[in-house]
Amino acid sequence: MSANLSATFYLISGILFILALRGLSSPETSRQGNYFGIAGMLISIVVTFLSVGNFGSGFVYVLIFLVVGGSVGAFIAFRIPMTAMPELVAGFHSLVGLAAVFVAISAFLKPEAFNLGYVGNIKLASLIEMSLGAAIGAITFSGSIIAFLKLRGIMSGAPITFKGQHFLNLILGLIIIFLIYYLCISQTSNLFWSLVLLSFLVGVLLIIPIGGADMPVVISMLNSYSGWAAAGIGFTLENTALIITGALVGSSGAILSYIMCKGMNRSFFNVILGGWGATEQNIEGQSKEQKPVKNGNADDAAFLMKNASSVIIVPGYGMAVAQAQHALREMVDALKKNGVKVSYAIHPVAGRMPGHMNVLLAEANVPYDEVFELEEINNDFANCDVAYVIGANDVTNPVAKSDPQSPIYGMPVLDVEKSKSVLFVKRSLSPGYAGIDNDLFYRDNTLMLFADAKKMTEEIVKNL
Amino acid sequence: MEIDPFIFRLSIFILSIFVGYYVVWSVTPSLHTPLMSVTNAISSVIIVGAIIAALAGSSESIFEISNIFGFLAIILAAVNIFGGFLVTQRMLQMYKKKKK
Repeated sequence: MSANLSATFYLISGILFILALRGLSSPETSRQGNYFGIAGMLISIVVTFLSVGNFGSGFVYVLIFLVVGGSVGAFIAFRIPMTAMPELVAGFHSLVGLAAVFVAISAFLKPEAFNLGYVGNIKLASLIEMSLGAAIGAITFSGSIIAFLKLRGIMSGAPITFKGQHFLNLILGLIIIFLIYYLCISQTSNLFWSLVLLSFLVGVLLIIPIGGADMPVVISMLNSYSGWAAAGIGFTLENTALIITGALVGSSGAILSYIMCKGMNRSFFNVILGGWGATEQNIEGQSKEQKPVKNGNADDAAFLMKNASSVIIVPGYGMAVAQAQHALREMVDALKKNGVKVSYAIHPVAGRMPGHMNVLLAEANVPYDEVFELEEINNDFANCDVAYVIGANDVTNPVAKSDPQSPIYGMPVLDVEKSKSVLFVKRSLSPGYAGIDNDLFYRDNTLMLFADAKKMTEEIVKNL
Repeated sequence: MEIDPFIFRLSIFILSIFVGYYVVWSVTPSLHTPLMSVTNAISSVIIVGAIIAALAGSSESIFEISNIFGFLAIILAAVNIFGGFLVTQRMLQMYKKKKK
């Protein structure tokens, strides 16, 4: 296949990928969008086979490896529970990162296969592009592995910090730039290998200081990195499909990181540098004195909600941990039978990844037009009888609006306290991720339901 | 004077960033998780590079180190392509409207 023809097909793939993302603007068009994506991928792969034109024994091996990898992927996709989606996405990002590293290594070892010159005399621009692709890919890989381990609970979600951490990262970053510079001058393979190894290390160091609840930012950031790595390789291979995709994915991840940071009213750098966690201890000390809380049980909760005319449900990460989404839907069904109007309020950073709560609710067959974002629903709390907070904490804390001293001051929160009564399902009074006490616990209109989210919800269903 | 092909690719890249910016802002927040899994799947188009790397050279030399890295990258990207698109499809099937 001629180079011009294949380039045209790669462009078509790129456009199909744009349409795949475009489809996600509404659930109705999203499924069609996914088919566009699949078509784009198919075109890219077939065109690559035709333009390489090598259908010898190597081709058979390629097909075998494709099928092997594909079956593993398909198996994972069908078996993974929806609650494990954040770690799955982190795991998948690590694979893209590593694939980028491998392709870069291959291009460095055999540049003539990619039309990039010869070993020891690779075109300068290509060398810079492949070094960047390899470095970003390696950071994506090791960073995603750490994110995966933290999300999976294999590694503690607590931030790991040490003295001089940021300084060390800065130095390592500078060394990477110098390595790329000297690599371009000398074309020595040792420099290339050091670059890759050092980038793996940087990926680990970048993610370990970031705590569990900041994972929505991390996972979006790694999403973005995987895109930039792909774009770097796209430039090396002079491939339009890869360049377009890399740019799309890169900007998509960046926008998601921005939305997540805004949801916490924190700057991107504040999150990346592991901001929270260090300032918490001194605040915790002040709020140790016992304040009275109203303690309720499932019977009280069922009574309150049954007699309400409208209920808003506020789910959080705790709902995912307890796998309470199905019990929750049963509760809502029972309430609806009693003529209660029920809607769901989702905070942008609820859960461990963007949109995490929405997927879990969809899994439990909650219609998506009953689920609302913070801005859409926040005014409705004032007219609502009961707010049922299940597994959320910091995102409901009224302190964010009233106390300029609080670390979460200015963070957009759900105005849960404005509803006539608040039912707060929680295992204990312990503070949430931000390490601050939630003022909501001690309000007159709050009834605390101390229990596991799923058990409590099931209890309420029995009492309805 | 002739324009360097690099500039052409850079133009595509920068325009795609803008396209991505506007397209992604129009994605509804409730579909942000499928957005991540589908972007993950499409970024595996890096398999194009992996295939070129794996098939480089003659039939006798297909197990040189550079080819082996190509084959490994094919496996990784294939996991991602199938896993990413299928899991996205699975998620999107779950988004349903209220029964009227």
